[in-house]
Amino acid sequence: MVDVPSDVLAGIPPAEVGEVDLYHPRSWWTRYVFSQDAKVIAVQYAITAMAIGMVALVLSWLMRLQLGFPGTFSFIDPSQYLQFITMHGMIMVIYLLTALFLGGFGNYLIPLMVGARDMVFPYANMLSYWIYLLAVLVLVATFFVPGGPTGAGWTLYPPQAILSGSPGQEAGIIMMLLSLILFIIGFTMGGLNYVVTVLQGRTRGMTLMRLPLTVWGIFTATVMALLAFPALFVASVMMLFDRLLGTSFFMPTLVEMGQLGKYGGGSPLLFQHLFWFFGHPEVYIVALPAFGIVSDLISTHARKNIFGYRMMVWAIVGIGAMSFVVWAHHMYVSGMNPKFGFFFATTTLIIAIPTAIKVYNWILTLWRGDIHLTIPMLFALAFIITFVNGGLTGLFLGNVVVDVPLSDTMFVVAHFHMVMGVAPIMVVFGAIYHWYPKVTGRMLNETLGRFHFWVTFLGAYAIFFPMHYLGLLGVPRRYHDIGGTAFVPASAHDLNAFMSIAALIVGFAQLVFVFNMIWSLFKGKEAGGNPWNATTLEWQTPQTPPAHGNWGKELPVVYRWAYDYSVPGAARDFIPQNEPPASLTPKGAHP
Amino acid sequence: MTAIVLFMAGIAAIAGWWLSQQRLAAKPWLEEGVVGDFPGGSSMSLPAAKIGLGVFLAVVGSLFALFISAYSMRMQLIDWRSLPVPGLVWFNTGVLIVSSGALQWAQVSAHRGDSENVLTGLLASGVSAVVFLIGQLLVWQQLNTGGYFLAANPANAFFYLITSVHGLHLLGGLVALSRTIVKAWRGVEISRLRLSVELCTMYWHFLLLVWLILLALLTGWADDFVTICRQLLT
Repeated sequence: MVDVPSDVLAGIPPAEVGEVDLYHPRSWWTRYVFSQDAKVIAVQYAITAMAIGMVALVLSWLMRLQLGFPGTFSFIDPSQYLQFITMHGMIMVIYLLTALFLGGFGNYLIPLMVGARDMVFPYANMLSYWIYLLAVLVLVATFFVPGGPTGAGWTLYPPQAILSGSPGQEAGIIMMLLSLILFIIGFTMGGLNYVVTVLQGRTRGMTLMRLPLTVWGIFTATVMALLAFPALFVASVMMLFDRLLGTSFFMPTLVEMGQLGKYGGGSPLLFQHLFWFFGHPEVYIVALPAFGIVSDLISTHARKNIFGYRMMVWAIVGIGAMSFVVWAHHMYVSGMNPKFGFFFATTTLIIAIPTAIKVYNWILTLWRGDIHLTIPMLFALAFIITFVNGGLTGLFLGNVVVDVPLSDTMFVVAHFHMVMGVAPIMVVFGAIYHWYPKVTGRMLNETLGRFHFWVTFLGAYAIFFPMHYLGLLGVPRRYHDIGGTAFVPASAHDLNAFMSIAALIVGFAQLVFVFNMIWSLFKGKEAGGNPWNATTLEWQTPQTPPAHGNWGKELPVVYRWAYDYSVPGAARDFIPQNEPPASLTPKGAHP
Repeated sequence: MTAIVLFMAGIAAIAGWWLSQQRLAAKPWLEEGVVGDFPGGSSMSLPAAKIGLGVFLAVVGSLFALFISAYSMRMQLIDWRSLPVPGLVWFNTGVLIVSSGALQWAQVSAHRGDSENVLTGLLASGVSAVVFLIGQLLVWQQLNTGGYFLAANPANAFFYLITSVHGLHLLGGLVALSRTIVKAWRGVEISRLRLSVELCTMYWHFLLLVWLILLALLTGWADDFVTICRQLLT
């Protein structure tokens, strides 16, 4: 704590040290396993998410092997290929990205950044993780049940998701839906924590407009997730009824295997509405935390205040609200009313405005900044490039007339991998390199990190940039083998092989990253409390890694916003948020 | 999807109103100094549990709004045959109103510091909530014996689905309520009981409101209402 004359603090309410009744662990089990400390829960979330993410990575390898060298790998049959697609998509979007950004970074950063001792409901927070773990285990178990995991595509569209003939129709789809329901229940418990902690748990002086953008991003994304996940919940429950109890919510009358099925009259389109009412906000649930984190990375490593802070906040809130009225742009080819298409194309293009504002502000923050090309900064720059790339193809696909011909081609695959696959993952990596020193007290190895960055960034481009071209050629997505199709030239097959090799190399680089994380835990350079000279509160904790309860006897007091970098006339090029103004500091005191 | 879009618009209006109180137009880079210098934007003073419940109710509201949306979309298809609502449902509705009323009474008593009435109110509410749930099960049984099976028609399926989701939420509430009852039974000081009673009351009133809306939907009143509104507008 900084010394402040007592009369200055007279008008400020007391530090309310006992505001959160901290649960004090009594044994090893409650300290490290069934812990109620948000930081431990964050690490648990992160490790689980990354572990299941590695499974999804291997699945993408298998898919790429089949696409690049069709016919070579006899153990990948068409059913399995569909199962790999489905599980890869589902794991990456929900079980990795959502869980890692909100459960991992949210849990770690929110209490520290707002100056709280812990989340407001630590017990529910702990339950949240264990239910998430259960959801992951159910998901993993589908690989081992008869018939294997579902192969319905990550959108799980009925009717094919539950018809015989679709892979995983027996048990896979049921367990998939159960796993999603569990995930949503677990997430809601965590989400309530993140929202209420930001609303109610902020320390003295931490007004909303002094919050780091990371917290704004995670907060808004959590609010969206709390409101959007029920749509997936409703869709999952109803589909489960259709599959198990023979109702016809989504299932139309159809002939199955030569016989009139038991279903009748249901609406597959209804499922699509429900799914995308969740599915589109989900894109921003992943993107907004990434936007927030990358803003902080850029500001810190360019030693410059974030350009247009207010505009950034408004854009985050605006994007969050807008994202609920664009869902049907995923359904242009579903046969819906063309007038709806016009409406949703318009809202989709409007949402590009706040997004573009954010991109301009990141670039203007870099402009004439004191740019340090640290690894987090490299990843942040890679994010901007990738995101702009993916965002621009999004403008293509947002228009009905362009989307209809491109809809089922590799162009869409390239677009969404750029914008919500590679771009957020760049931020995840940047954030891990940035905050790993706080979590463990040690720096990640620099050489391995640079190797990891360049291989991942260039490799991801080598995979997904040519994929746009394949899409424009008309190469369809979701096909196990495109065979000797007349309109696909031989060069496209060579390109596919090239992309597959790139994918294998990128995957290998992730193993280097995992090795780096484990190695640095024991052998990494000691980091100290604030290795990046950052202003936000999490770097000002008395201990590193922060102890249970985060702060010493008293909570920090905040005097300024989160971006006082390179302030003219200041002794250092950063001023921590909890450093009192010069006028309040007694002469001769620090700094 | 009209129901859910309207619900989201309501949430957006509340969020917008709240954000408008938070000085989002402030220029934080100029506002260096101690807390008191800049009004607004500080943490909420309400208890965390109350804010948490409020946010949770928004989540539950969104869940039911989505069910209602799905219901109204599905009912437009030709195979929809509405099912008769058994008279018992009206009795159940009455019981749920009693349950909510008893909790309201408990809350008023808690504010007055009348611990005996608090316990009575809590118990009455708990018992009537259980009666409501049993009544709902009996309604299912009546429908089943009448040949209105779950999978026979989407209208039936929605009836069973929506009533069971509502019932499960009430069941969850009963867990919280019984914990409050145990606390009151043990003679916990009334000031420490007040918050729990308030939270239960809030949740119960919300579930009553949801039930009344669902009832209007299931009995077809909501449909008539929408038709009248449409006619008025055209």
